Amino acid sequence: MNVRPMALSSCAEKIRHIPSIVGSSDGRRLGLSKEILHTMVASTRLELIGVTKRFPGVLANDRISLTVKPGEIHALLGENGAGKSTLVKMIYGIQAPDSGSLIWEGKEVRIASPRAARRLGIGMVFQHFSLFEAMDVIENIALGLDGSVSRNALDAEIRGVMDKYGLKLDPRRQIATLSVGERQRIEIVRALLLNPRLLIMDEPTSVLTPQEVEELFKTLRRLASEGVSILYISHKLHEIVALCERATILRGGRVVATCDPRQETPRSMGEMMIGSDLRDPARGQVGVAGPVRMCVRGLTLPKPDDFGVALDAISLDVRGGEIFGIAGVAGNGQNELVEALCGEKLSPDDQTIVVDQKPVGRMGPSGRRKAGLCAVPEERNGHAAIGNFTLADNATLTARTRMGFETQGFIDQDGARAFADRVIKTFAVKTLGAAALAGSLSGGNLQKFVMGREILQAPGVLVVSQPTWGVDAGSAAFIHQALIDLAAKGSAIIVISQDLDELLALCDTLSVINLGRLSKARPVNEVSVQELGLMMGGIHGVNAPVEGDVHAPSA
Amino acid sequence: MRLRLEKRLEPSRRMLVLTPVLSVVAIMLLGIVIFDGLGYDGQQAVWELFFTPVLDAYKWRDVATKAAPLIIIALGLSLGNQAKIWNIGAEGQYIVGAIAAAGVAYSTQSLSGFWIIPLMVLAGMAAGAAYAAVPAVLRTRYGVSEVLSSLMLVYVSLQLLSYMVTGPWKDPDGHNFPQTASLTDAQLLPHDIWDSGIPPGLLVALLAAAIFYVIVSRTVFGFSIRAIGEAPHAARYGGFSSDGIVWATLMISGGMAGLAGVFELMQLGRLNLGYPSGYGFTAIIVSLLGRSHPIGVFIAGIVLAITYVGGQVAQTVVHVPNATAGLFQALLLFAILASDLLVRYRIRFSIKADPLTERGGA
Repeated sequence: MNVRPMALSSCAEKIRHIPSIVGSSDGRRLGLSKEILHTMVASTRLELIGVTKRFPGVLANDRISLTVKPGEIHALLGENGAGKSTLVKMIYGIQAPDSGSLIWEGKEVRIASPRAARRLGIGMVFQHFSLFEAMDVIENIALGLDGSVSRNALDAEIRGVMDKYGLKLDPRRQIATLSVGERQRIEIVRALLLNPRLLIMDEPTSVLTPQEVEELFKTLRRLASEGVSILYISHKLHEIVALCERATILRGGRVVATCDPRQETPRSMGEMMIGSDLRDPARGQVGVAGPVRMCVRGLTLPKPDDFGVALDAISLDVRGGEIFGIAGVAGNGQNELVEALCGEKLSPDDQTIVVDQKPVGRMGPSGRRKAGLCAVPEERNGHAAIGNFTLADNATLTARTRMGFETQGFIDQDGARAFADRVIKTFAVKTLGAAALAGSLSGGNLQKFVMGREILQAPGVLVVSQPTWGVDAGSAAFIHQALIDLAAKGSAIIVISQDLDELLALCDTLSVINLGRLSKARPVNEVSVQELGLMMGGIHGVNAPVEGDVHAPSA
Repeated sequence: MRLRLEKRLEPSRRMLVLTPVLSVVAIMLLGIVIFDGLGYDGQQAVWELFFTPVLDAYKWRDVATKAAPLIIIALGLSLGNQAKIWNIGAEGQYIVGAIAAAGVAYSTQSLSGFWIIPLMVLAGMAAGAAYAAVPAVLRTRYGVSEVLSSLMLVYVSLQLLSYMVTGPWKDPDGHNFPQTASLTDAQLLPHDIWDSGIPPGLLVALLAAAIFYVIVSRTVFGFSIRAIGEAPHAARYGGFSSDGIVWATLMISGGMAGLAGVFELMQLGRLNLGYPSGYGFTAIIVSLLGRSHPIGVFIAGIVLAITYVGGQVAQTVVHVPNATAGLFQALLLFAILASDLLVRYRIRFSIKADPLTERGGA
C-alpha cells in the first residue's frame, strides 16, 4: 500500500474509516491519490435495494433498486409523477421508506432526517430554493448549517469553496439582487461546505440559461473527478446525454431501464421514459400572413411588490395564425406579463392592449374574454383552476360568458356540465367526469383540461404560460398539437415558456423577456440557441457569431 | 398499536354533513360528564336542555322566536364564511340596526300608516350594512383585518346604544329607566302570523334561507363568493374582483344582522340597555354548525335556539347556573371546529412501529 509509514493500528483505523474519507479533504490531506482510495473502498457509494414508498392512493416507489458509484454522475430520469422526487426525499431523509434498504458505503443505514443525511455526507440542491430575500449570502448559508460558525470564518470558507469550483459570487450580496443562476450557486455552495460524498441535484437547470447550464456542468464534472457522486434528476434528455455516465429510468414508480446515456439518443431515452413512441407535433405551413389580432404598445407597469418585476414598455404584435414565443429565465416578468395581458392587472391606458381593433387595456378578464382574448396562467392549482371545484364549475370559471351559460346573473349548470364534458372528450382528459373535483386530476390531465377549456372557446387570441410545465411527454405533445391546430384556424397565440426546445419546436416568432423588458421579436429560423441564451442572460442585441442554427433536439 | 391521521385525497362530503351531528351528540355526552362532576344530575340537565324544548309544545314558540334572529344573521355570515371573509361584528350591526329602527320609531311616535314598519326595516338593514361598511373600507383600502375591526365596532355600538337610551331617546314617562318609549301599534308586527304560532321573524328567516339557497347554488354572484374563498387568485383570473366580494359579503351580512335587530326590537317592544343578547355572536356558531349552507343554517339556528330555551328550563328544573346555555354553545363551537379534522383526515389504527425512529444511528 502506498501509504506513508504509520503505526499498524493507526493504519487499520484509517482503513476502517476509509469510506468516510474518500473524496473528503481528509482523504486528500493524507496524500492518497483518488484512484488508490477508490480501489480501497467498496465500489459503491450508495445502494438502494427494493425501496418502496406508498402514499394514500398511489404507490410512489415500487421496489426500486439502484447503485451509485463514487465519482459517478448518475441520472435519475422519468416523467413527472414517476417517483423521482419521492426517491431522493428518502435518500435525503425527508421521508422514510415503507420497506427496502439503503446501503451507504457498504453499511445499511436508516436516514431519519436531512440532518442525519448531511452527517453521512449526503448533500442536496433543491429545485425550489429556500432563501431569504432580505438577507445576504453568508446569512442564508449560515441559516442552513447545523452548527454555528463565525461570520468571518464562514466568509473565508465560502470563498474557498467558490474559488475551488469556479463559482463566482460575492458572499456579501443581498439575495434580492441575485439572478436565479446565482441563487442556485448559493445552494450548491451550501451543500459543498459540508464536503458531501453524494450530491443530489433536483432539476437544477430548469431555471438556467444555456450558458449557466454549461457553467454548472463544469462544476459538476469537477466534483465528480474528485470522487463526489452526483445523483442528477432531470427530464431534459440532451443534458443527460452531455453530462451523465449512467441513467436509471423510472416510470410509474418502477425502474424500467438503466442505460449509459452516452450510448443513447435523447429520443431513445424519451421513449424509455414514456414507454411508447414519441410523436412530433405536425406543423402545417410556416410563414404568417394573417392580420394583426393582438397589439400591445408600451405596456409599462410598476412592480407589484418588493420582489416582483416591473414591466418596461412592452410592445408586440401577433398575427392570426402566428405562434409568438416569449423565452426567458423564470422571474423576469413572465407572471406579471400574463396577468397584465389576461386582465388581472389593468393597463394604464385602454389603447395599450388592442384585440382585433378593440382596445381592452382597461378591461378586466371577463371583458377581455368577450373581446376574444383568453389566457392560461402558469400555475394550474389555485390560479388556472380551483382544486376543490368540480370540472363543471371550473368550466364556469372562465367559459361562462363566451360559451353562453350565464344569463342575467344565473348559471346554466347543464350548459357548464355539457361544456366540461366536451373538453374532457375532445382533449382526452382522464377523469370520472364533469362532476369530478379538479384537484383529483393528475397535473398533466388538469393541464389538458385547462388548455382545452380555453381552446374550445375558440379565442381570437390565446396567451399561455408554461403550457407543458410538469406535464408528461404524451400530454405535452397533445397540447402542442392543439396549439398548432388553433393557430391554423387563424387565432393568434402567445406562448411564454422557459423551455427553449418547446419554443423552437412550436413558434414562428421568438422574443426574450429579461428584467421586464421584451427583446425585439425575430423569426424563429433566424435565431440560434446560443443567441437566445445570451439574451436570456440579459445581453440584448448581441451579434453572436452565426454558426449555423443549432436547434437542440426536442425531447 | 397507535393512532395515525391520514390525509384524505379529497374532503369527505359525508363527514361534512355528519360532523355537525356528531358534534351535537358529543357535547351532550360531555355535558353529562361535566354536570355530574359538578354535582348536578347530568343526565337530567342534558335532557332538559336539549329535549324538553323539542318535546314540550309550549316551548316551540320560544324556540321559534329565538331561532329567527339567529338564522337571519347566520345566513348573512355564511356568505362571508364561504368567501373566507370573517365578519365577527354581527352583534354590533344587529344593535345598530335596532337603534336605527328605534330612531324611526322615535320620530313616528304620533303617526300611523302602513309605511312605518317597512321604513323601520329598511332603516335597520341600511344601518347594519353601513356599519359593516366600516370594516369593508378598512380592509379594501388599508388591508386591516375585518376580524379585528368588525369585532371592535361591537363595543362602539354598545356605547352608542347606552348613550341613546340614557340620553336623547330616553322615555320621558319611563321612571328614569334607560329605555325608549314603547313602540306604537303602527310600529309593531303581529305576534303570530294568522294565529299560527309562527312568529313573523321565523317566516322571514325561512324566506331568506330560500333566497340564499338560490343565490349560492345558482347565481354567478354565489359562484364568485365560493371561488374567492377557495382560490382568490383563480377568482381574479375568472374575472371576479376580490374587493367587490369583500364589500358585498360584509354589506349583506351587516344588512341581515340589522334586519334581525329590527325584528328583535319589535319582539321586545322597546329598546333598552338589556337589548344586546349576543345573538350576533351565537350566529357565528350557527353559521359554522350549519356548514354555511342555507338549509344547514336553518337547522343549526333551531338547535342553538333550543339550547337557549333549554338552558332556562334546566336552570329552573335542575338548578344549573345561568351560564349553562352559553357553556354548551361554546362547547359546540369547539366540537365543530375540532371535528373539521375528520373532513380532511381519516383516522387509521396501525400496529406498525413509527417509521421515523432512527435505527442504529447515522
